[in-house]
Amino acid sequence: MTETTPQLSEHTKAEIDRWIKKYPQGQQRSAVLAALREVQHENQGFLTTGLMDAVAEYLDLAPIEVYEVASFYSMLETRPVGRHSISVCNNVSCMLRGGDDIIRHIENKLGIKVGESTADGRVFLKQEEECLAACCGAPMMMVDHKFYENLTTEKVDEIIDELD
Amino acid sequence: MSDDRITIEVDGKPLPARKGQMLIEVTDQNDIYVPRFCYHDKLSVAANCRMCLVDVEKAPKPLPACATPVMDGMVVRTRSALALGAQKSVMEFLLINHPLDCPICDQGGECELQDLAMGFGNDVSQYQETKRVVKDKDIGPLVQTDMTRCIHCTRCVRFGEEIAGLRELGATGRGENMTIGTYVEKSMNSELSGNVIDLCPVGALTSKPFRYSARAWEMQQCRGIAPHDCLGSNVEVHIHNNRIKRVVPGANEAVNEVWLSDRDRFSYEGLYSEDRLLRPMLKNSEGQWQEIDWSEALRAVADRLKQVRERDGAGRIGALVSASSTNEEYYLLQKVLRGFGCHNIDHRMRQTDFSYPQQDGLFPWLGQRVSELELNDAILIVGSEPRREVPLINHRIRKAALKGARVMTINPLACDFNFDLDSRIVCRPSAMAHHLAALLKAAFDITGTEPANAVAALINAIECNEQHQHMAQTLIDSSNTGIILGDTVQAHPNRALLDSLVLRLAELTSAKAGYLPDGANSAGAWLAGIVPHRSVAGKPAAEEGLHAADMIEQSLSAYILYNIEPGQDCINPAALTAALQSADFVVAFSGYRSEELESVADVLLPVAQFAENEGSFVNIEGRVQGFKQAIKPAEEIRPGWRAWRILGNELGLEGFDYQSIADIQTDILPAIESTIPATARPAPLPASLPAILQTLERITLRPIYAVDALVRRGKALQQTAVAGIQGVMMNRITAEQLHIQEGEDVHIEQDAGSAVLPLILNESVADGCCYIPAGQPAVEGLSHWFGLITAGKAQN
Ligand code: SF4
Ligand code: FES
Ligand code: FES
Repeated sequence: MTETTPQLSEHTKAEIDRWIKKYPQGQQRSAVLAALREVQHENQGFLTTGLMDAVAEYLDLAPIEVYEVASFYSMLETRPVGRHSISVCNNVSCMLRGGDDIIRHIENKLGIKVGESTADGRVFLKQEEECLAACCGAPMMMVDHKFYENLTTEKVDEIIDELD
Repeated sequence: MSDDRITIEVDGKPLPARKGQMLIEVTDQNDIYVPRFCYHDKLSVAANCRMCLVDVEKAPKPLPACATPVMDGMVVRTRSALALGAQKSVMEFLLINHPLDCPICDQGGECELQDLAMGFGNDVSQYQETKRVVKDKDIGPLVQTDMTRCIHCTRCVRFGEEIAGLRELGATGRGENMTIGTYVEKSMNSELSGNVIDLCPVGALTSKPFRYSARAWEMQQCRGIAPHDCLGSNVEVHIHNNRIKRVVPGANEAVNEVWLSDRDRFSYEGLYSEDRLLRPMLKNSEGQWQEIDWSEALRAVADRLKQVRERDGAGRIGALVSASSTNEEYYLLQKVLRGFGCHNIDHRMRQTDFSYPQQDGLFPWLGQRVSELELNDAILIVGSEPRREVPLINHRIRKAALKGARVMTINPLACDFNFDLDSRIVCRPSAMAHHLAALLKAAFDITGTEPANAVAALINAIECNEQHQHMAQTLIDSSNTGIILGDTVQAHPNRALLDSLVLRLAELTSAKAGYLPDGANSAGAWLAGIVPHRSVAGKPAAEEGLHAADMIEQSLSAYILYNIEPGQDCINPAALTAALQSADFVVAFSGYRSEELESVADVLLPVAQFAENEGSFVNIEGRVQGFKQAIKPAEEIRPGWRAWRILGNELGLEGFDYQSIADIQTDILPAIESTIPATARPAPLPASLPAILQTLERITLRPIYAVDALVRRGKALQQTAVAGIQGVMMNRITAEQLHIQEGEDVHIEQDAGSAVLPLILNESVADGCCYIPAGQPAVEGLSHWFGLITAGKAQN
């Protein structure tokens, strides 16, 4: 509460306004998810309390209403995380095809556990995902909204090494 | 309505019901018990705990009674194998993560989870895994959290949204990780926050001041009436070993429903403040205080009063009385004093303008029943912040607003309402009359009515803007309209004028005008004769005495202070203190001793406060509510009426043989009860409106937790964020004109006094005004709460 609420960028505001227009008048609260997604995107992949407060103010919501949404959805991060996010699927198909090994491999390679980020702030190994609907390409993972299928440890190395 | 009626069958019994009712409402009405956690009849239906599952014929699975609308011919079994099985399974689920720490839980013994676990729980759980633990957050000095115990019923969350109008608690995270809380470290600031303690079915939210101090089954319960505002909320006082452990609401639909404001709930702590006055005290000839017994003390008071009467006449004695004492105290007080020849009696310590006393109504009443407020379709609030003055009246107004009533205000502060306003005028105090006159003019124009000459002369030159037109139109268009005048009008130097304009506006728009007067028993004070011009039940006084302001200004020879703390309870503390200092004799009846009282008084008499006392109050709708003594007061503290009875005898007056409170009530209550509240008649208007001031104006009002001696000593309340604000508030424009920055010290001068206070920027203050919340020690040198002041940057 001590920090002053940060300002939303003009671009974010414009984006939120675009979403608000999609809903009936007076229902600007419906834009909260889109707003948070946008804000998170601009803030290197995570939300701060200050940013959530700013969204609340912009949408005329109580801050707690925004906290509720932000803490509910797994694609919204409410603590600082690495700028690239990796989620490896661990549901049945992927599990049968070695998803677990992929996870272990990444953990060893980066020296972090699932749910943690690398010290240099480069990579965030998000929680294990339940089926991301790419079973035919199992095992799979998602890196920054992009799907990578039929993974092998070599392929994973390549993908991760490419990240800036 | 009749075609709404249907019949359902529950547990073999046919029950009448109305279409659209939820099943649980019907079973509740018919005394059939269905277990529940999340359902509460004052909150929306969430149906998330599933404890109320019952067996409904033709339904493929058990249905939640709280969310199942009844249908004609529905057959329900609440205790069939299916229903009980479902309830037991839900119970098992709820207990999975519950810590089962009843022995160290304050809710133990009055816990809905504990009770239902007795009925529906198993003694062994199939669950072997680790239980979750939730870290507690500090949400302020009133409500204690133990969130590991929470069962996620969301009653507290819905309360915030639906009743308090302030979303402070929420459900964050999801699934097993869902927790109820504020998410960030933040205290609950609602003036009704304590109600979540009652709502929470488990020990997750409990009372912080009460914590670990008694078990529910050890305490006795005694009905009482809350002593801080003119609503008179019903309370239950919980007592252990003659000590008040806590105060909870006493349900009364017509008054406080099932709620209680934090002020009424937590102020009892003030009874146990260190500075209680425990024995009568007398200042001896060397100026030393010594303890004496009651009879000596009262004899001394009688002697001194007689001396003053002999030397200067009884007209040189004045009684300044709190607006929160009982009818019985009031009645005896005025009976003694009037019998003794003293007619200077007043309780209006925060009134400035006493003109046109003959126009005063019987007592300042609400203009309608409390429960009718929520039916209003338009409400105009003039000089009032109901949330601060009478929190549960604000709740009624809010209910009206949620149903679509258009609420408008004219105030010198843009106070925080917990609902949407239709329109608001924020203006300096000296401009309020102009805005009201403009509304009146607009109303005359719209209705096409010809104003009487005196009115026309006053309003003709006024300019109405669009907002005035709109507000007047709204008042005219609505069919059930209320107007509420609050403490700002009462304290206002032009009270009679504002009042008169409002009453005329009300007449023209068929609105019901009403007041939110000071204290818990202003109505009783008026009806029991604690005004200089009226005796009991509004009859004109045989001889008219001085009103409060004149008593202070004329520097009398002797003063009687009745539950008044001069620095805090008077609108012009400096003047009162000066008058007291120069008086020959001052006797203070008080719950507390303070340096201030000790310096001005000659005798201090310890009188009972709140639940130590017995008697009755009258609320703003004229409801007389009695209460018994719940605890015996400490040491020599006595109910005030006893002191007055003895004093009557000591002064040699007839008719003071009362043996009990009931005897006094036979004398006074029938007279009070036979009165019919009526709205005041508008006072004559002046030839012109007072000029709008162009320089800095002072506004001082009492913060919510500073209204009387008892609350001011409520420890927990004084630790809340809204209590104890020190400083002067101005908006940015005003501050810039004075070249002062936020946080810098402001030097304020008023009349002969001055004060230095830090600046707090606050955009809700009208231009050209300084809002100085009352109750700050630093401002004691200043004089009247309203009026001109000068301010500049303090030179250090
Ligand atoms: S804290 Fe109490 S009232 Fe709030 S959700 Fe939990 S159990 Fe229900
Ligand atoms: S199980 Fe991994 S994508 Fe479906
Ligand atoms: S009481 Fe019906 S679901 Fe909770």
